[in-house]
Amino acid sequence: MSDICVEAIQKAFKGQPVLRSLSLEVKDRELCVLLGPSGCGKTTLLRIIAGLEAADGGSVSIGGSRVDRLPPQRRNLAMVFQNYAVFPHMTIRENIAFGLRMKKAAGDLTEKRVQSAAEMMQIGNLLDRYPGQLSGGQRQRVAVARSLAVEPDVLLMDEPLSNLDALLRLEMRSELKALLKERGVTTIYVTHDQTEALSLADRIAVMHSGGIEQYDRPERIYRYPATVMVGGFIGTPPMNFVSDPALFAGLGASPPDGAVKLGIRPEDLQIDATGLRTRALVVEMLGASLQITARLGDGLIRVSVPAGSPVLSGQEFGLRADGDKCRWYDAGDRLMGEGGPKE
Amino acid sequence: MKRSAERQFWMASALALLWLMPVYAIAVSALSPEADLLAWPKSWLPAALSWETLRFFVQVAGVWDAVINSAIVAALTMVFSIALGAPAGYSLARFHFKGQNLFRMLIVMTRAFPLAILSLPLVTRFISVGLYDTHLGVALVHTALALPFSILVSSSLFMGIPRELEEASWTLGCGKIRSFARIVLPLALPGLAATMIFAFVVSWNEVFAASVLTLNQRTLTAFLFASLEESPLHFRLAGGFFLTVPSLVFIFAVRKYLFSMWGISDK
Repeated sequence: MSDICVEAIQKAFKGQPVLRSLSLEVKDRELCVLLGPSGCGKTTLLRIIAGLEAADGGSVSIGGSRVDRLPPQRRNLAMVFQNYAVFPHMTIRENIAFGLRMKKAAGDLTEKRVQSAAEMMQIGNLLDRYPGQLSGGQRQRVAVARSLAVEPDVLLMDEPLSNLDALLRLEMRSELKALLKERGVTTIYVTHDQTEALSLADRIAVMHSGGIEQYDRPERIYRYPATVMVGGFIGTPPMNFVSDPALFAGLGASPPDGAVKLGIRPEDLQIDATGLRTRALVVEMLGASLQITARLGDGLIRVSVPAGSPVLSGQEFGLRADGDKCRWYDAGDRLMGEGGPKE
Repeated sequence: MKRSAERQFWMASALALLWLMPVYAIAVSALSPEADLLAWPKSWLPAALSWETLRFFVQVAGVWDAVINSAIVAALTMVFSIALGAPAGYSLARFHFKGQNLFRMLIVMTRAFPLAILSLPLVTRFISVGLYDTHLGVALVHTALALPFSILVSSSLFMGIPRELEEASWTLGCGKIRSFARIVLPLALPGLAATMIFAFVVSWNEVFAASVLTLNQRTLTAFLFASLEESPLHFRLAGGFFLTVPSLVFIFAVRKYLFSMWGISDK
């Protein structure tokens, strides 16, 4: 068992609070993604779990025992860094074997583990090269192989794909997902890329200014954003928010008592001649869909409709919201109601 | 592109010639017999190579001892300046502490303090603690001269090594000291070697402190400085040769460390 339990962690840099009494629990073999805009404290949290940074307060436990007083090398975890951090003066073989050699593993065991880790990452033919002779993608493979070779209780990944080009990132993403599922290692993965988070995670912790806004499965994060911040951060384009009560009826939405804001995803809005009249400002062709930006009250609303819909920019059209998919937020920007069906 | 590369080649060649000319002239003169040395006009190639001048130089009483003294002092300086400079540089590069910038400034300031003013109190102090006229005494002063350079250069070397490399090694089961030895040191070695060579050369060529602080244990520079006036021309040239050659040979021998072997940055 190697579940992770973070309790009431606090951290400030030069008097500026970065983490405000943050708690997080990750189940054994679970892949948890920390997602948030830059500066929200996600990397700091990861480094505190790794032991590279000391928290000002709170506790970190791995597999039920406190580790926050232990140095990083005694927490039996491995970390993959954004810039790979592959040792440039060692061959790929030495790099992958490094952790095992430090733990004084037997020679033949080391060799076996290096071989299997390298094959898993498809770099078996590069073992005698130096990192300088490898491409960015290959180096990232070395970094992952190096961290898996020590068979850690916990794998920490700090934006591991963000230095790769777009195509390679897609490829590595699916490969990583398959690999991490197969190995079943408890993983915390930091990213600011929501697509990456949605596609990889068992659970996503959406972070904002030093706290966790919502911690849930990707579908629920997308369908039932717990706060206005989460809805506005996730989705491309993000959720629309309408706060003018005069517009609710026109859209076909009926607010419960105390509701202040309507949140509706662009794809949950339909063009309907009987709906709320509005004028399209911009119409963008995005392949499978059209994205329409229209004026609504004092603000803008984004609508995503199937390609081929007959709306031209400058044209007036009617808009209606799918009643089941309206989310209502109270004065504190929190989701109202039970937040959708439980699993 | 090609033309600018060509121009760089010619400029580099011209610079190299400018710097190598005196070295060549000293070498040729030191290796020529005395008669050729005084002949006029000069020829570019030595008419006859001979060890006569150098043999005469080495056989002069005290020269060989001075060479050995110089080597000992320079070696001590090299060891001290790296043993003190590298940790100081590492702490400047990796840790943030109060007064860091002031500290950095003070390091450079030590070079601004004129040695001539310091020399008299230094001599009396050295006499009273028994460091006067010893290798250690001269090496300490030379270390003070070389240290600012070795601290600042090694700190920029360590700064050039990504912190993540150390952090990665910590998470992989490596303690801080072992991580320094296995990761940081090998990567910094080329630069540290260059720093050590610089310290060696600073010490080998230093005249003033060596002259003031020694009487019998003269280093080569101090010895030559003391005997320059009454010595013949070929003796001086041979002395110049002896001062130049070790630095050149030393730098040549470790030149591959001066170029980064693996390219430190792996970004």
